[in-house]
Amino acid sequence: MLNKYPLWKNLLVIFVILLAALYALPNIYGEDPAVQISADRQATVDAATLDLVRETLKSEDISPKSIALEQEQVLVRLSSDKEQLQAREALNKRLGDHYIVALNLAPATPSWLKSIGAEPMKLGLDLRGGVHFLMEIDMNEAMRKILDGMKDTIRSSLREERIRYTNVSVEDNAINVELRSDEDFQQAEQYLDGRYQGYQMVVDAETNTVTMRMTEQKLAETRDYAVSQNITIMRNRVNELGVAEPVIQRQGANRIVVELPGVQDTARAKEILGATATLEFRMVDTENDVRDAVNGRVPFGSELLPSRNGGPQLLKEDVILTGDHIVNAGVGYDEYNRPQVNIELDGVGGDKMSLATKDNVGKPMATVFMEYESTGERDAEGNLQFNKKAEVVSVATIQSRLGSSFRITGVGPQEAQNLSLLLRAGALIAPIQIVEERTVGPSLGQQNIDAGTQAIIWGLVLVLLFMVIYYRKFGLVADMALAANIVLIIGVMSMIPGATLTLPGMAGIVLTVGMAVDANVLIFERIREEIRAKRSPQQAIHHGYDSALSTIADANITTLIAAIILFAVGNGPVKGFAITLAIGIITSMFTAIVGTRAIVNSVWGGKRLSKLSI
Amino acid sequence: MRQFIKTNERIGFMRFRGVFALISGLLLIASIVSLSVNKLNFGLDFTGGTLIEVGFPQAAELDQVRSTLEAGGFDDAVVQNYGTQQDLLIRLAPREGVKAEELGTQILTTLREGIDKSIEMRRIEFVGPNVGDEFVEQGGLAMLTALICILIYIAMRFEWRLAVGAVSALAHDVILTLGLFSALGLEFDLTVLAALLAVIGYSINDTVVVSDRVRETFRKYAKLTPTQVINRALTDTMSRTLITSLTTILVLLALFFVGGQLIHGFATALLFGVFVGTYSSIFVASSVALSLGVSRDDLMPTEVEKEGADQDPLQ
Repeated sequence: MLNKYPLWKNLLVIFVILLAALYALPNIYGEDPAVQISADRQATVDAATLDLVRETLKSEDISPKSIALEQEQVLVRLSSDKEQLQAREALNKRLGDHYIVALNLAPATPSWLKSIGAEPMKLGLDLRGGVHFLMEIDMNEAMRKILDGMKDTIRSSLREERIRYTNVSVEDNAINVELRSDEDFQQAEQYLDGRYQGYQMVVDAETNTVTMRMTEQKLAETRDYAVSQNITIMRNRVNELGVAEPVIQRQGANRIVVELPGVQDTARAKEILGATATLEFRMVDTENDVRDAVNGRVPFGSELLPSRNGGPQLLKEDVILTGDHIVNAGVGYDEYNRPQVNIELDGVGGDKMSLATKDNVGKPMATVFMEYESTGERDAEGNLQFNKKAEVVSVATIQSRLGSSFRITGVGPQEAQNLSLLLRAGALIAPIQIVEERTVGPSLGQQNIDAGTQAIIWGLVLVLLFMVIYYRKFGLVADMALAANIVLIIGVMSMIPGATLTLPGMAGIVLTVGMAVDANVLIFERIREEIRAKRSPQQAIHHGYDSALSTIADANITTLIAAIILFAVGNGPVKGFAITLAIGIITSMFTAIVGTRAIVNSVWGGKRLSKLSI
Repeated sequence: MRQFIKTNERIGFMRFRGVFALISGLLLIASIVSLSVNKLNFGLDFTGGTLIEVGFPQAAELDQVRSTLEAGGFDDAVVQNYGTQQDLLIRLAPREGVKAEELGTQILTTLREGIDKSIEMRRIEFVGPNVGDEFVEQGGLAMLTALICILIYIAMRFEWRLAVGAVSALAHDVILTLGLFSALGLEFDLTVLAALLAVIGYSINDTVVVSDRVRETFRKYAKLTPTQVINRALTDTMSRTLITSLTTILVLLALFFVGGQLIHGFATALLFGVFVGTYSSIFVASSVALSLGVSRDDLMPTEVEKEGADQDPLQ
């Protein structure tokens, strides 16, 4: 018997290892300190920006390694951290409000590697430093807001249709419409039936009530919408913060994960991300007396709200416009140098505003500033409880029909600044609370990388030494397979776009190093047994590999099951461990079985041997 | 040829079954007693609360830190050294009231103003109480799912008696590792949980190799008694079992000593787990299968074994 691999098998082994090595290569080039320039919705990054950046850096005597325009961003690579900070400062000043200048570490991958899509591994926050937030959305409030909007719509359509009602109210995912007479009831039934998608009509002829109930499907869609809307807004806010490569993802039914690599000032990040301030525009109720309302007689359809300057105001419950129609907001000053917020609306918002103000020229309109504060408590179903704080910021008389741009006065300078930032980035449609935070400082991140690398190197050296001492030449073969396995793990980790290396992930690599030789140990022990049973060396090799195969497969599949379950239910760092463990198991099967066999066959196969160095 | 074990002689492992059953039994009872009396020292991941790791420019004075925090209104803060003299870990229980997530920043500000401006923030972790409860739930679920999936796989691949033996060995390892953490009061966090699942993976790996050999030996030697078969299989796999445990323990020692503080609990759990996992795959798994009456007839292939043609022996 002669042990020979067909040529294609040898080539396959070489090809796989070379490919992995190629994709693992970017990891050794390190990173350049860089600044990354992107624009908000009011500006674009183009060749002109590029020139401006070049010129600014030149005037500051900073000579960057490279400046490149890619994917509507300018990336400036610098040679030191100090220059990086200088460059950010200078560019921030020069480019102004509409551009965001973020600090970043750009991989120094050579362009020939980049052209084949090779990138270094992504490092988890525990290795590169940064903040991880888990935020929870208040779904009750999100639903209430949407049902309130629906209530307003139904109310105004009934009015237009001249169907008289006594009350329209929101109750438990449904809107109750109480009609004035039997005739109105019939009209309403006819009019409302099937008019609004996602709502089911239930009628009660005895009380003349029509109930529009949200369908299960619509409920689910609405919840989804609330989350995705909040994610979009969160993304805008993160952009305003100027963070390179943020991660914003949905997790579960009502949570959002936000990861901000490299952010140190968590206090400001939290303030901006968690802010739920929004604006509402409402008409002031001029038909009723505020004093009556203060004494407890709040007229139907109106609401009493505190005012920032002066006593409470009586406002109509109907909302003319909410903050989500705002496309841009900026700070300005009026002729008396008082701060004001200039607001621009989108098309729909402009129409709404113009429709509402058309018949109300000369009447006062109020700007309501709303903020949600978490009480930290939860209701019976485990939903977070929030307090809504509404405050009238300003009341102004409508001078003429308003369009899609107007201004709000009556705010302080700092407030104008914050308000305009928040309005620009969009208001959250439902309040959120941070339920988990993990912040890692940069020095700890680097320390974790060093410790992890050290552990891998020490583990590797110990195992390599042991194998070569115990199994001699065959041990050397196993060592080569082990080294190839490390390259494969790093290569695969770099190739999979979603894979992130964390400290537990590095521990997973260490563990794999120890366990990966198991397959070789099994094979080699078998070969020894065969030799003791007086088989010829070639037969011993053949039988050794063959009979160990099913054992190796069984043993590895069970470990793989554990790794997959870890990946499925674990959170960030644990997932990182599971992924390197799973990849390690799979690659080690390849290197330990196919890889070593290729070497063994080409060194010892095809020869007459009297003994083996095992 | 270097060898740990002279394989010409068979070792009578199963003669000492009684002794090892007694040892395992006592250890299991001790673990369960410790778990019910001492409980587990759950870490922040599971209890919720806030944790801040700070780095001082020189060795930190614990008393000074405590009194500064007390003056700042954080009298329930638990302060301890972490790894080195300069590193401190400060823990706060979950608090009633608003903005629990801002405690970290507040503590840092208090320390910087009260003691030293150059105190460095190394790590802040905040876990809301509900999130902690979910982690407990998820962790338990993960453990259970892993055990069940592995049981199903083993039952499909092997005879049920061997499967029960294998899973008993797993449960044995997990309970003893938990017992160790409870008895020593070591902190049990998410990474330790991950380590425990890795222990399950490792221990099953070991047990599968032995069970595989038991099956093979049964098929090969018709005349041996079940006890002789198991002794022979254990002896034949002994050097592999020891070598793999040794290489794994080598890398884990590297992880334990140079892997840094954050990985310490993880490495401890794995070191101990691998140790008891090796023991259990030799002494627990096979003797359980033997006590259940595993015999040659149960393990003969129903047909010529082909890939994917394995029948579930239960059916």
